[in-house]
Amino acid sequence: MAQVFHRSANTIARASIIGVVVVVSVLLWAALEVQRSPYATYQNVAQAQPVPFSHQHHVGGDGIDCRYCHTSVENSSFAGIPPTKTCMNCHSQIWTNAPMLEPVRESYRTGQSLIWTRVNDLPDFVYFDHSIHINKGVGCASCHGPVDKMPLTYAANSLQMEWCLNCHRAPEKFLRPRDQVFNMRYEPPSSQNKVKLDDGSVFTDQIALGNELKHRYNIRSIEGITSCSTCHR
Amino acid sequence: MQNQPYYRPLRENDFYADKRSARPIIQGTVARGHLEADTYFYTGKIGSNDGDYMPFPVTAEVMARGQQRFNIYCAPCHSELGDGNGMIVQRGFKHPPSYNTERLRKAPIGYFFDVMTNGFGAMPDYAEQVPPQDRWAIAAYIRALQLSQHATESDVLPGEQIAQQPPPGVNVSPPFDTQGATTAAPAPAKPNAAPANGGEAKP
Repeated sequence: MAQVFHRSANTIARASIIGVVVVVSVLLWAALEVQRSPYATYQNVAQAQPVPFSHQHHVGGDGIDCRYCHTSVENSSFAGIPPTKTCMNCHSQIWTNAPMLEPVRESYRTGQSLIWTRVNDLPDFVYFDHSIHINKGVGCASCHGPVDKMPLTYAANSLQMEWCLNCHRAPEKFLRPRDQVFNMRYEPPSSQNKVKLDDGSVFTDQIALGNELKHRYNIRSIEGITSCSTCHR
Repeated sequence: MQNQPYYRPLRENDFYADKRSARPIIQGTVARGHLEADTYFYTGKIGSNDGDYMPFPVTAEVMARGQQRFNIYCAPCHSELGDGNGMIVQRGFKHPPSYNTERLRKAPIGYFFDVMTNGFGAMPDYAEQVPPQDRWAIAAYIRALQLSQHATESDVLPGEQIAQQPPPGVNVSPPFDTQGATTAAPAPAKPNAAPANGGEAKP
C-alpha cells in the first residue's frame, strides 16, 4: 500500500502550527494597538466645538491663568467649565461683533448653556479628583499637555489606565513645586535649569526633587496610590 | 459601563428643556453655612457706606493669598503693578484707573471689596469667580500695591537703598517711578509690608 501522506506533510504540519500561533499573535497585537491608538482614544484629536475656542490665544497670548476660568480646580473634583458670563467679562467689550462669538452672545442673551464637547472624558467607572492632584504638585501640563500651544483643544494623553499608572507607580518622575502647578512654561530641573523651593533648597535633578516633594506633600505609598480601590471606588 | 446613568458635573440631561442636570437654585434658598449673617464680611458696607477695616486679621498668609489671587483674576486688566495696563487692556478693553490715583488711594478698603462684588463701570463683578475671603485678601493686597507705588524714602528699611533703575529682568513701563518700592527687592510688595492704612483688623 502506498503511503497516505507525501513526505512533505511533516513540514507542512509544523509550519501550519507555527503559522497559526503567529497569525493569532499578530491579530491580538493589532487589536491591542488599535484600542491604544488615537482612533480609539482620540488622543491628539481636536474636537469640533460650538465656538472654536483657542487656549493658545487666551493662555499663551494673553497670559490668563487657568484658574481665571476653571475656578473650582483647586477645591473640587471638577475643574469647572466657565459660565458664559466669564466669557463676557472681556467679550462684552472686545471682539463684540465677531461672528465667531455669536453663539456666546446668544447664550448670554437667552440664558441657554453653550454645549461643549468633552475633550478629556474619563470613563464613569473611574473616580478622579482634580483638587488632590493640584495640591500634591501635579502640574496641569503633566496631564493636559501644552494647552498654551493648542489653537483647538485636544486630549494630549490617552487617559487609559496604563497611562495613569505611569505616574501612580513613580510619582517622583513628574512632581513639581506647588507654586509651579499652573505655570505652563515650567521646565523640570536639569543641570541647566535649577528649580528652587520655598525654603531655598535647589534641585538640578527631577528624581531628587520628586522624592523630596513626595515626602513634603505626604504623598501616600505606591501601594496606596496603585491600589484598585483608590480609583475604582 | 463607559457612560453610566448618573450625572457628573454639568452633564447633559434630556429631561429638562434647558438640558441642565444641575438645576438652578430656587430663589430664597439658603444653603447650609451660607446664611451670610455677617453683612460686613459679605458686602464691605456699613449701612450704605463702604467700611474701612478688614473683617479678619491681615497676616503674611493673607497677603500672599491676596497677591496670588490678584495676579489670577485682576492682573489681566489691572496689570501686576495695578497701573491698569494689563494685557486685556492692551487688546482693547477700557483702561481702568490706576490704583495710584488720589481717589483710589483715599478710598476705604470696603470700596474695593464692593467693586469686586458688584462690578463698577466696565468692570464686571467677580462674585462668582472669587469667594469673599479671597476678595478681602485681594483688597488688602491692593493696599500694599498702592503703598509700593507711593512710598517715600522714610518707608525704606534702614540699610536698604532705593534703586535708581529697575532690577535686571524687571520691565517697568516708563516713566520709571523712583519713588516706587523698587528697592533692592524686585517684588512689588513684600507680604510682611502688609498692615496698610485701613488694612488692619478691627480690634
